[in-house]
Amino acid sequence: MASTKAARIGEDVWKTRVDKVNAELVTLTYGTIVAQLCADFDADYAEVNRQLDKMGYNIGVRLIEDFLAKSGTAACANFRETAEMIAKVGFKMFLNITPPITNWSGDNKQFSLIFDENPLADFVELPDDGRAQDELWFSNILCGVIRGALEMVQLQVEAHFVSDVLRGNDTTEMRISLIRIIDDEMPPDDE
Amino acid sequence: MSYYFAIIGTKDNPLFEHEFGTSRQGGDGVARFREDARHMNQFIVHSSLDIVEEVQWGGGQMYLKHVDSFRNSHVFSFITGGNVKFMLLVAPDTHNASRASSASTARSSTYGQVSTYNPTAPSTEEPIRNFFIEVYDAWLKTIMSPFYQVNMPVKSPVFRGRVAGAAKKYL
Repeated sequence: MASTKAARIGEDVWKTRVDKVNAELVTLTYGTIVAQLCADFDADYAEVNRQLDKMGYNIGVRLIEDFLAKSGTAACANFRETAEMIAKVGFKMFLNITPPITNWSGDNKQFSLIFDENPLADFVELPDDGRAQDELWFSNILCGVIRGALEMVQLQVEAHFVSDVLRGNDTTEMRISLIRIIDDEMPPDDE
Repeated sequence: MSYYFAIIGTKDNPLFEHEFGTSRQGGDGVARFREDARHMNQFIVHSSLDIVEEVQWGGGQMYLKHVDSFRNSHVFSFITGGNVKFMLLVAPDTHNASRASSASTARSSTYGQVSTYNPTAPSTEEPIRNFFIEVYDAWLKTIMSPFYQVNMPVKSPVFRGRVAGAAKKYL
């Protein structure tokens, strides 16, 4: 039931409350950023992944505000509901995709998103230097976005890609694990 | 028929080369250029570039059709909006498989043979147009990759596969 509700909200927000931009603008802009990072860090792909994640994190902590304002949804009751919200409202709203949710772990704290289509990676072919295929996570910014956004709603998660069609895998899969629910804490003392 | 396809960048630098044979009439898609004449293909295509530059501003068309001939090789050209030139050299097979073993027979027939191939017939121009358009489509997708820079040679196996696919489909 929650699933269809999330899908409805996603469709509704996408149709009525989102400004659209040309998909190729997004694809090319993001692609250029990644290519430039690769050039700047001399093809140190581990560092590129880190930078993308960081950029995503900084986007995420802001984007959640926009997400809540536009979708008008209340707090999720459990992590399963959060997953639905991310896949069917969040991704729908910002990228017009709804990645299916699969591979729940037994304790309901880990799930995977399968990206059948990925607007960020259209046209992309990884450099054939023998390492990019094994080291670069091209769409790693998405992990950071999810981590940043969820942190602002008291969910500390870890997100990473486990496979990517750009590397020759059959699917593009992102694994998201709930680490803990952040309690309202007093700010730490300055020491 | 044997085909030699080359993509030439904006500074007359080669970006991509591909050789293939016809897949029509039971062809096996393997190029049968004579081994000792094969390197001539590059020269012939290169010399045609001047003619391409002469005609490219004429009609405003991307497909320039047949631009040049050298002996019995014919060169067709297609020019993209970014001034990248697709060049296709078409040569009739100068010897068939059975004669390939005998070098002397092959040689005597190389330049003497009169080709019945008509490079300006619509039945010749149309398949080549379709081939160029399909390659152009694949080309666009390839150069949109953020890791590709202008005038960089194309090494993508995906692109080569698409060119081979278009060749098989139309030529």
